[in-house]
Amino acid sequence: MAHTGRTAGRLGEGDWDGKVSEIKKKIKSILPGRSCDLLQDTSHLPPEHSDVVIVGGGVLGLSVAYWLKKLESRRGAIRVLVVERDHTYSQASTGLSVGGICQQFSLPENIQLSLFSASFLRNINEYLAVVDAPPLDLRFSPSGYLLLASEKDAAAMESNVKVQRQVGAKISLMSPDQLRNKFPWINTEGVALASYGMEDEGWFDPWCLLQGLRRKVQSLGVLFCQGEVTRFVSSSQRMLTTDDKAVVLKRIHKVHVKMDCSLEYQPVECAIVVNAAGAWSAQIAALAGIGEGPPGTLQGTKLPVEPRKRYVYVWHCPQGPGLETPLVADTSGAYFRREGLGSNYLGGRSPTEQEEPDPANLEVDHDFFQDKVWPHLALRIPAFETLKVQSAWASYYDYNTFDQNGVVGPHPLVANMYFATGFSGHGLQQAPGVGRAVAEMILKGRFQTIDLSPFLFTRFYLGEKIQENNII
Amino acid sequence: MAAPWASLRLVAPMWNGRIRGIHRLGGAVAPEGNQKKKRTILQLLTNYFYDVEALRDYLLQREMYKVHEKNRSFTWLEKQHGPYGAGAFFILKQGGAVKFRDKEWIRPDKYGHFSQEFWNFCVVPVEAVDASDCDINYEGLDNLLLLKELQSLSLQRCSHVDDWCLSRLYPLADSLQELSLAGCPRVSERGLACLHHLRNLRRLDISDLPAVSNPGLTQILVEEMLPNCEVVGVDWAEGLKSGPEEQPQDTASPVPA
Repeated sequence: MAHTGRTAGRLGEGDWDGKVSEIKKKIKSILPGRSCDLLQDTSHLPPEHSDVVIVGGGVLGLSVAYWLKKLESRRGAIRVLVVERDHTYSQASTGLSVGGICQQFSLPENIQLSLFSASFLRNINEYLAVVDAPPLDLRFSPSGYLLLASEKDAAAMESNVKVQRQVGAKISLMSPDQLRNKFPWINTEGVALASYGMEDEGWFDPWCLLQGLRRKVQSLGVLFCQGEVTRFVSSSQRMLTTDDKAVVLKRIHKVHVKMDCSLEYQPVECAIVVNAAGAWSAQIAALAGIGEGPPGTLQGTKLPVEPRKRYVYVWHCPQGPGLETPLVADTSGAYFRREGLGSNYLGGRSPTEQEEPDPANLEVDHDFFQDKVWPHLALRIPAFETLKVQSAWASYYDYNTFDQNGVVGPHPLVANMYFATGFSGHGLQQAPGVGRAVAEMILKGRFQTIDLSPFLFTRFYLGEKIQENNII
Repeated sequence: MAAPWASLRLVAPMWNGRIRGIHRLGGAVAPEGNQKKKRTILQLLTNYFYDVEALRDYLLQREMYKVHEKNRSFTWLEKQHGPYGAGAFFILKQGGAVKFRDKEWIRPDKYGHFSQEFWNFCVVPVEAVDASDCDINYEGLDNLLLLKELQSLSLQRCSHVDDWCLSRLYPLADSLQELSLAGCPRVSERGLACLHHLRNLRRLDISDLPAVSNPGLTQILVEEMLPNCEVVGVDWAEGLKSGPEEQPQDTASPVPA
C-alpha cells in the first residue's frame, strides 16, 4: 500500500485514518467477488461543469441558448445547460400564449425587437434548419393588428405611429370613415383614430417555435436537464467605490439543481447564470440574494417581476367578421382575433389593478368574460351579441410591476447573473431579439445590434421608468 | 447528437450521387407520413460523423444562398432605366415573362437569353408579368413591387412564394386586376386572407394549393372577402361520385313539437 500515501492528498492529522479506510473500501470493491457500486447511473443528472446555466426552458431561455451557440467564436466554445423544471410546459407562458406579434409600440427599442423577430420568423427555416428534419410550419397569419383609439388617446396614437414609421414599421392610420369602409362589421362609435399594421404583424403558433428552437439547440450541442434550481453557491467581495462607499459584489459559483420528486441534487459549477424563468423569475433572483438589504439601496432592490393571471376565451359566432379580420384591440382594452376557418374567435381583456385575479392557480373565471369582456366586444362588433363560448384557458404574464417592460442584461452587484425576463405579455414576440441581445452581452460585453440599455436592472434602483403606452 | 468518434476522411465516394436527391430545402410542408421513412446510409453517416453532418449543413446553406442570389436587389437599375426597367429585368433574369403596355410578351429562351431591346421600352409601364415556376421569394418582391401599374400577375408553381409574400402585395392594390397562385406549395388560407387589400382584383386563381387545409370552405370565405372578384379554384365535383339517381328521402312528415 505504499502508493496510497501519495494518492491520499494532503495529510492532515485528523483525517488520515478516515482517508485510509475510504481507500481500502474502494480497493475492496474493485476486487472480484464484491459488487461494484462505484459507478451509479447519473444520466438524469446535469453535468458537473457548464459555462452558462440558463434557468428556464421557455422561448426566452431557448432563444438565449440558440444565439449563444450561433455567436460563439468557434464551434463548441461555450458549454450551455438549460434547466427546465417542467418538461411538459404545462404552466409555461410560451405554450399558452395567444401568439401575436406586432410593431405597434411607443418605445423604439420595442419596435426594433419586434421587427427583428418578424424577420427571424419569416426566415425561420434558414435560422433553425436541421439536416434531415422537416421544415417548420409556424402557421403565421399575416393579418396585422388593428388598434382603436378614442378621442383622448388619438394624439398619443399619432405620435406613436410616427415613431414606428421612423424605425421602419409599416403602419397606416385610418379615420372612422375609412375604418367603416374597410371593415363594415365594426361599430365606430367612440373611435377617433385607428392604426393598422400592414406588414410583419399577425399571429403564429408559439408551440412550433418552441419545438423548432429546442430541436435546433439540441443539434448545436446544448444540454437539457429537468430539475429545479434550489440554491446558488456564491462568493462575495467587499470593495470600495471611488467615493469610499462599501459595495458587496457577488459571484455565483455553483447552481444546485434538484431532481423532480426526490431530494437528489447536483451542484453544477458555472461561470454565468441566465435568469429566464418567466413568471417565477423573482424566486430565482431571491435565491441569488438580490433584494436582501435595506429598501431604497441597490442591495435592497428586488426584481419586480410577478406572475399575473390572464384569461383567453374561445367562442363561436357564425355571423362574425370574415377572413380578413386582423387582431382587433378595442379602446376598452378588449381584444380578439379569428382562429381557423370555422368562425371561431379567441380573445380576452387585461383586468384593471382592482380586478387582478389570484395567480395561485390557472383556474378560469368564466364570469369575467360575461361581465368584463363580452359587453365591450358586443359594443364594438354588433355581430358578437350572439356568440357561444367554446372553451377558455388561463396563463401567466411575467408582469413587471415597475414599468411593464422587460429586464435584460447583468445585475450590477451579482456580476454573473443575466436577466431575460419580465416582458409582461410580449416576451414571445420579442424573444429572438432579446436572445441575441443577451448573447451579445455575455460574449462581447455590450449590446451590438439593438441597444437595450434602457432595459437594464439599474433602472429599478434609479427609478427611471420606461413606460410603454400600448399594452394589450 | 453525433457520437464523438474520430472523423471520417473517406467521405467522397459515398455522397456524390445521393446528396442532390435528399437534400432539397423541403419546399412544401412535409407530409405526415415522412417520419417513418427508411433510414438511408447517408442519414446513418450523418448521425455518426460530425464531418458528414457539417458537409450536409454546408450544402443546405449553399442551396439557400443560391435562392438569395437570384432575389438580390435590382433597385440600383432604377436610376438608369426607371422602375419599370429594373422590375422587368429582374423578372426576365428569373426566367419569367413581361408584357409592356401595347407591346408583345418578352420571354427568355431556353438558355435564359432575352432580347435586349426591352431597355428601350422602359418608359412604358409593365402591364402583365408571368412569373410561373420562378424562384421569387420575399426579398425578390422588392423588385417586383417597383412595377406600380401592374395589372396581371401570375405566380403559378412558385415554390418560394408563401404567406409572408402575399402580405406584401398590397402596394399593387390600385392596379392589380388578375392574380394567379395556382400550384404554390407554401400558400395557405392565412396568406389568402391578406388579399383583401386588393380591392380592384377581378380574377383570382387559387386552384391546387396543397397547403390549404379546406379548399372548398376557403374559396367560399375568399369569395365573401372579395365580392367583386371571380375566384377560380376548387373543383366542386371533387370527391363526388356519379352513381345512380336516388329517390329523395321523405322529409314531409313534420317532427311533433
